[in-house]
Amino acid sequence: MRLTTYVYIALAALAVLAPLIGLYPVFVMKLLCFAIFACAFNLLLGYTGLLSFGHAAYFGAAAYTTGYLVKTLHWTPEVAILGGMALAAFSGLIVGAMAIRRQGIYFAMITLALAQMLYFVCLQLKLTGGEDGLQGVPRGNLFGMLSLSNDTTMYYFVLALFVTVFLLIRRIVHSPFGQILKAIRENEPRAVSLGYDVERYKLLAFVLSTTLAGLAGSLKTLVFGFATLSDVHWSMSGEVILMTLLGGVGTFFGPVLGAGIVVALQDNLADKVGSWVSVIIGAIFVVCVMAFRRGLVGEAQAFFGRKKKTA
Amino acid sequence: MNANDPILETLNLVKEFKGFVAVNGVSLKLKRGSIHALIGPNGAGKTTVFNLLTKFLAPSSGMIFFNGVDITGERPAQTARRGIVRSFQISAVFPHMSVLENVRVALQRRLGNSYRFWQPENSLLQLNEHAMALLADVGLETFADTLTVELPYGRKRALELATTLATEPELMLLDEPTQGMGHEDVHRVTEMIRKAAVNRTILMVEHNMSVVSSIADTITVMQRGSVIAEGSYAEVSANPQVIEAYMGTTDTALQGAH
Ligand SMILES: Nc1ncnc2c1ncn2[C@@H]1O[C@H](COP(=O)(O)OP(=O)(O)OP(=O)(O)O)[C@@H](O)[C@H]1O
Ligand SMILES: [Mg+2]
Repeated sequence: MRLTTYVYIALAALAVLAPLIGLYPVFVMKLLCFAIFACAFNLLLGYTGLLSFGHAAYFGAAAYTTGYLVKTLHWTPEVAILGGMALAAFSGLIVGAMAIRRQGIYFAMITLALAQMLYFVCLQLKLTGGEDGLQGVPRGNLFGMLSLSNDTTMYYFVLALFVTVFLLIRRIVHSPFGQILKAIRENEPRAVSLGYDVERYKLLAFVLSTTLAGLAGSLKTLVFGFATLSDVHWSMSGEVILMTLLGGVGTFFGPVLGAGIVVALQDNLADKVGSWVSVIIGAIFVVCVMAFRRGLVGEAQAFFGRKKKTA
Repeated sequence: MNANDPILETLNLVKEFKGFVAVNGVSLKLKRGSIHALIGPNGAGKTTVFNLLTKFLAPSSGMIFFNGVDITGERPAQTARRGIVRSFQISAVFPHMSVLENVRVALQRRLGNSYRFWQPENSLLQLNEHAMALLADVGLETFADTLTVELPYGRKRALELATTLATEPELMLLDEPTQGMGHEDVHRVTEMIRKAAVNRTILMVEHNMSVVSSIADTITVMQRGSVIAEGSYAEVSANPQVIEAYMGTTDTALQGAH
């Protein structure tokens, strides 16, 4: 317990000081966006036990929405982010309502199929810019006042949202609702027999997860100034699964670490080995799944012999 | 509603699995406040009847009335909230939650805050006292903080009973509550059931005939999906059809009762 406290303090200090000690802010912002995405995904896989294979849909839908609202309608960034999240929540509600009754692989297939539909819609529509996507999205002024075009300002904005999401997920897991989610994961028929409509609990968890995935996508658009087809592509859905499993599913910090590793590898290797980066990441994934079932953080927890009383 | 009306009534319940009829025209009447045992050889359809009554399975035909209300088409959680709560043949606990938390999950529903994902967990602490009292009733108060998976089998079943009772069911369905237990545990659980039966109705599947003969008011015997006898223990154990049903199997429980 004490060790993790120190780790968190050190990480918090590092995060606050990052721009001052010469860490490239856009890189850290990218990392944080994907960390939010992976944490959102983990809420579903780790704490609800549902494997969605189409989470890029919510990330991407919000990415496009925020891009469109800022670029074309000139909304302020915070409202445009809320717009992106609202769409992600709404799509999550629709997809969830259709898929939640299905078990295991069928659930994964439905979420994948619906995400692929969204991909083709984004490819065809004028609104989303087809193959080019939305380019040149300005960051705008936060609350109409504070310009986000400065990378350092934008960085602290993203960091603040990341911390909020991280704490929110902890709260969700340790809430009356989280307690029922855990009961459902542990023994679903028993939860039903005690009078809980398990599908509604799963649906709420699904919508919470898609909403936060949307926040990640919206932020990503503002950080980079574009939303493209790769945001809704199935490989993006795969990447978030990879990040979560690599870091440790069902642990609070695992997805953050997993996102960090994948983003760091992509950024550092892409110009050296080109598309081989996918092969390298794939190989890491295979090793991870075979050797460290619980992911890096999960294995570390097991190693330090800490009883997972929480999670 | 008259107190003499049955609390639960089924009309010609049938459940077919791909051509195999597991439950064949079962009509039951449960008397309010009684302990009613459902017995029969393995595969007779007892658990399937439980699944039908609690909506875990939809009947192929037939109807179910609870307190005079047709509940045939309800969802399982809805039926549970109405007051029909079941236990399972294999012990059903939440293994990686503490013993106290197991009972608290059942109590939490009445608090009405179970969708509040923004509320801190300590809003559930107010339930601890009630949960501890329920644990004390089944002799588990010293295990409150134990992780449930570490409990011995008999204790798990006791916990299951406490959890079921926490929902204050009007009708409690117990599927083989003493199965796989040693002699002492059987005795303890039997006493718990007797205690729990005050102010409620119990329908239980049970293979142990000494348990059945000591606590059941009425016994229904099933064989191959159908009811073959009903009455007091003395009545059904003298019924030639029942004796034959039991002799045709390796189940010697009925003979072992006396
Ligand atoms: N979901 C199912 N699909 C197909 N057949 C089933 C299903 N559930 C039960 N059966 C069959 O229905 C019959 C009755 O099963 P059930 O579990 O109700 O028996 P039981 O009386 O509870 O037996 P036991 O004393 O062994 O618990 C069995 O032959 C069983 O194989
Ligand atoms: Mg059975």
